[in-house]
Amino acid sequence: MAVFIHDTNIISPLGFSTDDNFQKILSGKSAIEQVFINDKIGSVYAGKINDELFNNHFQSIDIDFKGSRIEKLLIAALSPIVEKNPMKDDSVLILSTTKGNIAALANNDLNGAFIDQLTKNINHYFGFKTEPIVVSNACTSGVLAISLAKRFIEMEQCTNAYVVAVDELTPFVVSGFQSFQAMSSEPCKPYDADRTGVNLGEAAVAVFVSNEDRNEAIQILGDANINDANHISGPSRTGEGLFLSIEKALNEAKISSNQIDYISAHGTATLFNDEMEAVAFNRLNLQNVPTNSLKGYFGHTLGASGLLETVITIESLKNNVLIPSFGYQQQGTTQQINIITKKEQKVLKTALKTASGFGGSNSAIILVKNSENVRN
Amino acid sequence: MYAINKFINISQNVVCENGKSIFHNQEDTFAAFMKNVYKNLNISYPKFYKMDDLCKLAFIASELLLQNETEKDIALLFSNNEASLDTDLKHQQSIQNPENYYPSPAIFVYTLSNITIGEVSIRHKLKSESAFFIANEYQTNYMHKYTEHLLQTNKATKVLCGWVHCLNGAYKACFYLVESNGNLEHTIHNINNITK
Repeated sequence: MAVFIHDTNIISPLGFSTDDNFQKILSGKSAIEQVFINDKIGSVYAGKINDELFNNHFQSIDIDFKGSRIEKLLIAALSPIVEKNPMKDDSVLILSTTKGNIAALANNDLNGAFIDQLTKNINHYFGFKTEPIVVSNACTSGVLAISLAKRFIEMEQCTNAYVVAVDELTPFVVSGFQSFQAMSSEPCKPYDADRTGVNLGEAAVAVFVSNEDRNEAIQILGDANINDANHISGPSRTGEGLFLSIEKALNEAKISSNQIDYISAHGTATLFNDEMEAVAFNRLNLQNVPTNSLKGYFGHTLGASGLLETVITIESLKNNVLIPSFGYQQQGTTQQINIITKKEQKVLKTALKTASGFGGSNSAIILVKNSENVRN
Repeated sequence: MYAINKFINISQNVVCENGKSIFHNQEDTFAAFMKNVYKNLNISYPKFYKMDDLCKLAFIASELLLQNETEKDIALLFSNNEASLDTDLKHQQSIQNPENYYPSPAIFVYTLSNITIGEVSIRHKLKSESAFFIANEYQTNYMHKYTEHLLQTNKATKVLCGWVHCLNGAYKACFYLVESNGNLEHTIHNINNITK
């Protein structure tokens, strides 16, 4: 069964719609700036949604809603998608997040920090009649959520799914990444020789996935999510899990690596992650495919990043444009890969989106436009 | 048709295999109980002592199912209600008080529920499909369907499913391995019975 992604929406520091975000990226704008976290942490380079702007935006969606900030982000991301694609009885909500409403813990609100409570509220708000599916798989969650949407539709568990992903920039996460010494003290530089680590960010992203082929639909042609089985917080030196994820996704898509026009990679700008990806891409003969990381525009939005970057990938495919990898200047991985340095118009048909994360997780999906050639 | 050959339940100081108690002790703390089960398993895996409680529980339950397993293409589908809140609370405590601010990477790394999958994958060298789901209770309906989908589409040869609950001293694990042959048919009814 063929499965497609239709409408998309992004709530990020760069804007409150997919189009708004994509136009900002095309004009070379990054969300990364100095953000004050709290007295103890001080300021860090990060991507933070402006509360005043967002609250104004939210007024136009639901003036009466009194829930938490993260619920508002989810509602803002999903509302236009649900409006455009009326829900069916079997429609399923799939939520991707690493930490959900972890901000509640700072107020000693343990109940408020349960991710399934957050999901229940959103499921109820939109009136879904089915059990929601929540996936929390570190930084691969967003890509894995799309993979699961495809599979649950193939399984005929549902005919469509509303996939939504969110994570907030919180002292909880910032302090943790700092303790790991994984944070860059300047705007991040994925794949660059001088990269020194991650910038964190926040976003809420939603997409509509269904078995219906429509004009301008993007097909999910193949997918896989394979663990490194190597280390809980460090990527495999051989990139084995990522290698296997991409290989299996290509096999399912029945295409070879030379048919990939563009790779939207993970590129966190840590030394080891970017190096690992370069190794995996070379093992698959993907080293010449134009590749970028979008972390320089948004920072690492954790459980939202995979879905956020998938949406930008879809826009790249639709607009036939390669987007430069923000922050990159010179090759910084021992094995060469083809990092995009200039905005370029190019006919694009097939893209590979990957993600890797703590726990050794990896995910890969193949996206293709123009449905006349697709697998059924 | 798929089957369950072995299932493990751990709660209240008792470990059960296929519904029969195989280990119990009088220890009153979770940590002491887990340590005793670990010793009883006769394995040497020092990383066990570094794990948080959620991972220890997932590790032990998986170990009992995979100890003599030779298949490596085993998908891991774990789930629970509280994600990693047990360790999240510890990290929050370490950053809560500005006078005593001390976040630790050894704790922070366990503030992700899917680290349970990472630990089991590393232990058994499983380079395989996996996902961590969060729900208010074990979602037999879609876990059953998704498991069979992974097997039918050759995305996995076997599937290890597990509910792993650990929060503020309360704990419960229900793990089972789904494969081609076994004593118990892989049905929603049977899964409901063994994950009660």
